[in-house]
Amino acid sequence: MSFVPLTEAERTEMLGTLGLADAGALFDVLPESIRFPAIDIGPALTEMEAVSQLEGLAARNTPLGSVPSFLGAGAYRHFIPSAVGAIMSRSEYGTSYTPYQPEVSQGTLQVMFEFQSLVCALTAMEVANASVYDGASALAEAALMAMRSTGRDRLVVSGAVHPHYRGVLDTYVGAKQPDITTSDVIVEDGVLVERGLIEALDEQTACCIVSQPTFFGEIRDLTPVVEAAHRVGALVVEVYNPTSLGILKPPGESGADIAVAEGQALGIPLSYGGPYVGLMSCRRELVRQLPGRIAGEARDAQGRRGFVLTLQAREQHIRREKATSNICTSQTWISLGVTAYLALLGPEGLRSVGNACHETARYAADRLAAIPGVAVVTPRPFFHEFAIRTLLSASELNRRLLERGIIGGFDLGPSYPHLADVSLLCCTELTSPAAVDALVESVRDVVRSSP
Amino acid sequence: MTRGTSVPDELRYTAEHEWARLDGDVVVVGITDFAQDQLGDVVFVQLPKPGARVEIGAEFGVIESVKSASDLFSPLSGEVIEVNTSLDEQPELVNDSPYDAGWMLRIRSESPAQLDTLMDSTAYRRHIGA
Repeated sequence: MSFVPLTEAERTEMLGTLGLADAGALFDVLPESIRFPAIDIGPALTEMEAVSQLEGLAARNTPLGSVPSFLGAGAYRHFIPSAVGAIMSRSEYGTSYTPYQPEVSQGTLQVMFEFQSLVCALTAMEVANASVYDGASALAEAALMAMRSTGRDRLVVSGAVHPHYRGVLDTYVGAKQPDITTSDVIVEDGVLVERGLIEALDEQTACCIVSQPTFFGEIRDLTPVVEAAHRVGALVVEVYNPTSLGILKPPGESGADIAVAEGQALGIPLSYGGPYVGLMSCRRELVRQLPGRIAGEARDAQGRRGFVLTLQAREQHIRREKATSNICTSQTWISLGVTAYLALLGPEGLRSVGNACHETARYAADRLAAIPGVAVVTPRPFFHEFAIRTLLSASELNRRLLERGIIGGFDLGPSYPHLADVSLLCCTELTSPAAVDALVESVRDVVRSSP
Repeated sequence: MTRGTSVPDELRYTAEHEWARLDGDVVVVGITDFAQDQLGDVVFVQLPKPGARVEIGAEFGVIESVKSASDLFSPLSGEVIEVNTSLDEQPELVNDSPYDAGWMLRIRSESPAQLDTLMDSTAYRRHIGA
C-alpha cells in the first residue's frame, strides 16, 4: 500500500478537471496581502551542515544566565537541582498518558498522588488534582468551578491578577458569557493602588479572583476581600506564587476556596511556550467540581498499598459532554519535575529560596529608590518583584539597558496603557549582588543621560 | 430483565426510571429498583437545593455509581421543598432502599395531574421487560 497521498498524475488530472494551471491557483480567491510569501529554504543540507547552521543561529541568542536579567512576570529563573532532570529523564515516565486501565501504571499514579499531596501541603487545601495545562488555564478552570458550584455567572477579577491570565480567562470561559468585572489599578500618591474590587461583589457573583502576591509583587492582607466575598456567597479564587509559600501564609489559611498557580518556578526551566504546569487545589466540598484527573491511595484485595484514579465519574471518558472539563490536559511529566523539586528542597529549602528571593529584591528596590528620577511604585511589603517608574517609557528603558548588557523588567505598557512608564522587576536566588549593582549603575546612567 | 425487580403498584414511573408518589399535596421522587440495580454501587447523588424549581422531563440532578454517571429527570414540575440530605453521607441508601430511605426529592406540584401522564406499574414493567 502506498502512503503517498497524491501522485503527480492524480494531481494533474484534478487540476485539469478544475481547469487550473497549478495548485497555487486554488488560493487566488485570497487577497495577496494575507497569503504567505514564497518559502525559499534552499537545497537540503547534510546533517553536519545543518548542525553547524543551527549552532550559528543559536549563538545569536542571549541565554538567560549569561547576562543580568530582571525579567519575571510569571516565568521565573530559579536554580534547579540536577537530580530533578535525572529523575525526569527516567524512561519509565516517558509518557504523560495514563492507560485506560490506569492501575497498571502504579508508578505514574504514585507520582500523581505525591504531586497532589505536595500541592495540598503547600497550599493548605484539602484536595488537589494531578495538574492542568498551565497557571492561566488553572485560573479559568477555577472560575468555571465557581460558576457551576454557585449557579451564578458573574466574575469579579482583580486588575492586579496577571494580565495574560485574565486574557486566557476571557477566552476560556467566553462561551458561558459570564459578566466579568475587573477592578482598576492606578498610581496614586506615588504607589499602585487598586480600586473597585470589593465594591463590585454582589449576590450574583460566583467568585472573586485575587492574586497573592499581586502581579506587581505586593503582598496584601486578603482578609477584607475574603470576608466580603463570603458574605455575599461568592467563592474566593487565589492565584499564588508557589515559591512564595515557603515564607507566606498559604491560600487555605487566607480563606481562599480554590488555589491556582503556575508551577514552572518549581524545578522547570524557562522556555518560550512551555510546557509549564498548572497547580489546582481546593476545599473538600468542591472536589466533584474539580476538573481533571485525581489519583487516590487504596488497598488491594490482599491489603497492599496501591494507587487508583479516583472520582472518575467527573471525567470526560465517562461523563462525556457533561464532564467537569474537556480541555484540562494534565501535565504529568512536568508535574514529575515539580514533585522531585519540592521533595528535594523540603519546607526548609523552599523557605531559604523564598527568603533569598525576597532579600535580593528588597536590596535592589532600596538601591533603585535612592536614584533621583526613579520611584518604586509597588507598596511594601512585596515578595520578589516590584515595579519602578522612571521618566522614560519602560520600553525605552529596556532598550537602553540591553545596550548595556542587561535584560530589564517587564514593560507594563502593553497590558496597562496608563502604566507605560512602569517596569516590573524580578529578583530570585540566582540574582547576584553584582547583577543588582550593574542594574543600579546602568539605570542611574540611563536616567541621568535622558532629557 | 432482572429477576426479582420490585415495581410497587402504588407508584408512577418515567421512561428514565424515576418513580413518583403522591403524599398528601406533595410528590416524593426517587429512582427505581431496576435503575439502582443497573447503576451498581451508588457513590454520589447531586440534588438541587430546597426552593429550586424543577420542570417535567428536565434534569434535576446527577447520580454517580462506581463506573458511571447519569442525569436524573423530574417526573413533574414544581418547587423542591425538601431533599434527602441523608444521601450526602449514605448514597448507598439508593441501592439498599430505592423506594423508601433512598428517596431524593419532595416536590410541591402546581398540577398533580401531571402524574397521570406517567407510566403505571404495569406499563413500567413492560418498559423494563420485567
